[in-house]
Amino acid sequence: MSVRTEEMVLNMGPQHPSTHGVLRLELTLDGEIITKVVPHIGYLHRCFEKHCEVMTYPQIIPYTDRMDYLAAMGNEFGYVIAVEKLLGIQVPERVEYIRVIMAELQRIASHLVAIGTYGADIGAFTPFLYCFRDRERILNLFEITCGARLLYNYIWIGGLSHDLHPDFIRLTKEFIREFKPNLKELNNLLTFNKIFIDRTANVGILPLETAINFGITGPMLRASGLKWDLRKDDTYSVYNKFDFNIPVGDGRMGTVGDSWDRYFVRVLEMEESLKIIEQAIEQIPDGDVTAAIPKRIKPPVGHIYSRVENPRGELGYFIISDGSTSPFRVKVRAPSFVNLQIMDELCRGHLVADVIAILGSVDIVLGEVDR
Amino acid sequence: MKSLEEIVEILKNNLPDVVLEAHSEIKFEPFILIPSDKIDKVCLFLRDNPELYFDSLVNLSAVDDFNGQKIKDEQGNEIMTGGTMSVYYHLESIKFRHKLLLKVTTERDDPIVNSVVTVWNSANWHEREAFDLFGIKFNNHPDLRRILMPYDWEFGHPLRKDYQNPEFYQGMKVPY
Amino acid sequence: MIYDFFYNLTGSVIISGTVVALLPLFAFILPFALFAVLLERKVAGHMQDRLGPMRVGYHGILQTVADIIKLIQKEDIIAKDNDKLFFNIAPVLTFAGSYAAFAVIPFSSIFLGADIDLGIFYVIAVTGLVVAGILMAGWASNNKYSLLGAMRSAAQIVSYEIPTILIVLSIVMLTGTMSLYDLSENQTAYFWNWNIFGGPNLDIQKFLLIPFMLIGFIIIYISTLAEVNRTPFDIPEAESELVSGYHTEYSGMKFAMFFLAEYANMFAVSAILVILFFGGYQSPLGYLGNTLNIPWLIPIEQFFWFIFKGIFFVFVQMWLRWTLPRLRVDQLMTASWKYLIPIAFVNLLIIGVISLI
Repeated sequence: MSVRTEEMVLNMGPQHPSTHGVLRLELTLDGEIITKVVPHIGYLHRCFEKHCEVMTYPQIIPYTDRMDYLAAMGNEFGYVIAVEKLLGIQVPERVEYIRVIMAELQRIASHLVAIGTYGADIGAFTPFLYCFRDRERILNLFEITCGARLLYNYIWIGGLSHDLHPDFIRLTKEFIREFKPNLKELNNLLTFNKIFIDRTANVGILPLETAINFGITGPMLRASGLKWDLRKDDTYSVYNKFDFNIPVGDGRMGTVGDSWDRYFVRVLEMEESLKIIEQAIEQIPDGDVTAAIPKRIKPPVGHIYSRVENPRGELGYFIISDGSTSPFRVKVRAPSFVNLQIMDELCRGHLVADVIAILGSVDIVLGEVDR
Repeated sequence: MKSLEEIVEILKNNLPDVVLEAHSEIKFEPFILIPSDKIDKVCLFLRDNPELYFDSLVNLSAVDDFNGQKIKDEQGNEIMTGGTMSVYYHLESIKFRHKLLLKVTTERDDPIVNSVVTVWNSANWHEREAFDLFGIKFNNHPDLRRILMPYDWEFGHPLRKDYQNPEFYQGMKVPY
Repeated sequence: MIYDFFYNLTGSVIISGTVVALLPLFAFILPFALFAVLLERKVAGHMQDRLGPMRVGYHGILQTVADIIKLIQKEDIIAKDNDKLFFNIAPVLTFAGSYAAFAVIPFSSIFLGADIDLGIFYVIAVTGLVVAGILMAGWASNNKYSLLGAMRSAAQIVSYEIPTILIVLSIVMLTGTMSLYDLSENQTAYFWNWNIFGGPNLDIQKFLLIPFMLIGFIIIYISTLAEVNRTPFDIPEAESELVSGYHTEYSGMKFAMFFLAEYANMFAVSAILVILFFGGYQSPLGYLGNTLNIPWLIPIEQFFWFIFKGIFFVFVQMWLRWTLPRLRVDQLMTASWKYLIPIAFVNLLIIGVISLI
């Protein structure tokens, strides 16, 4: 006698605690084993690219904030660099330093969310709140700088909206000093926890060849073993003046490119970001941060693709200018959008519980996927 | 690192039947114009050639060039006939650290481009997005569905310059 | 015994039986569930560097009362495609299963619902009802997440019952009784007479037993943790995977019943652990009532010690929950079948051999 079996289709999302927003994953299950994953996106589509075509160049900056809302500074940074390249502006040294400090603080804040929510996905809720406690301090630093905590509109074309607060340097040093032991605590509590390692090591292994072919960037690519970081490999701003390492996945707990590696690369990157901030604070020159802001922004006809290393990977802006005050076309190469494609490849043959572990390690922000 | 001229030279020697045009007069980024039905072949060559080894498709963006004739339709809205649409391919070789920009132009009224998903998997969603927002059809794409807009969106492709919002979608008023 | 007291008072079997049955419910489980929910939130809060509930009453002590009032007021949602009968029975069954266990648990030497000879056997049997309730809830909800949660839960509880029973068996073998009252009475007076320290007899056997008792205790603690679906074994209701597992579709008081059952269950298994290994209601340091020669003080002290020990183990469960991540289904099964059951079995054999000496 043969038993009739059938595959079950399970809709994970758009309302689900672990899809990190409004993502819908259509899972085809054989028992609890995944045979196919189809991501459905677009629930958060806000027509960013269409908006850009009717906005002037400076007006677009607040919209870029709302893409990867966990790393808004990085988004502004990338966009502003692209427009400055179109215009051919040289920005003052102090501005570049402040931008780097902000981008790196933002990277730490963003990775803290990634790590914390990853822990919560695996079932450890306490590290999540520890991470948010530390992130709160970074947000406070942003708040004294520009008044906003999440969407800043701080980095402007050719300059910044405000100079640093007089207390900023002192408070940042204080933060760095107090954050380092917290990072150790996080490692003890979550990173080297036996159950956490069992859940993430050897789960969702991403070989380097596949990763490159799928256009994966950022911590995911580095976790697969490639030393590729745009801050060093296609350097921009003043990153070439700082001394920092690029952490790569080494398969310490399992195989190179597994979920644990993707997680741990983020932890190590936070340490490297701290190093950059420490150096930048020491070297920061004086100057006027609003001096180079152009009165009239009207780039010449042409197109440019400019990219920065955002916490989630390579954030690229492809801007076509027709010589008017608003761009003819802006295409955003959002890292999460590209990274999310790999889900099917990674999840096949794993259990439902592993989908959560893999999705968390891919670390998407739906605001950026859907734009 | 290979310069644009060297890459064009290699391409011309190895793919004699493909008509290439190298453009470097437009500001900032020089590009190579490639016929839309040969793009997959060129890309496969670029990826597999040991001298070039473009193993990564960084970005794929479609553009509505909006260079045809403006006419009025029956409701009095301005629409466009003729003209072209373009697709830009940003390639990069992680091994050799060189970059390349390819461009493809196609008819705006019936845009068809060969898909490069078989060359780089990362093109999959980028091409779906271009189909969704511009209506460019990609030949041989494994899964050409809408991606950002709802699957049942039947009012055209929003990033075309002459796109008109519908009044109602599923009984809901669209302009708010 | 408390039953005899009421029987003498009223002269009716029915009235005294009912009173004895309801007494633990009203005197203990309901207040305990309220208290445990608050304790959980406070423990979680302080472990996570925050305060927990602070608004309702002093330091939020009335928070659970407010929650219960909210839950009572809520609409009882039953979806169209639910299996109405099972959907309604399931929370009752789950609650009944975990509540029925309290009937035989001796809170002190006089506060005991029923002193039946097969006490521990009864507890294990009756808590099995919980599985039926969970499975029913998952099936009747007609929701894929609920069904997955219920199936996982059934598999988990059934697998972890085996190491639990093996350890219980070794204790029963050693002491020769299944009555929870006798078990508690055996481990009388000071803490070195508890089973975890080899029992009350002072001979070579006692010292040989200590390491194996410790192993047994660790195994039974892990497996009871799994049986009550607490982290790291909260796979049936893993909120980040299955939304809330088998009780996803429940709202209002029915949800509250599952919730109450969970906390009642937490205390029930802690109570069993205390009775098996930590002297039940016996004081670790002798009784004040004996010293002061006030006999009626002793049962009160016993009650206090029992609650104290029980809540301590409940606290440890919470502590683990807010520290550890969650296991995966296959790892959970591996832990039970490949590690706990063989170790428990060998432990049983060794204890058997030692008890022959």
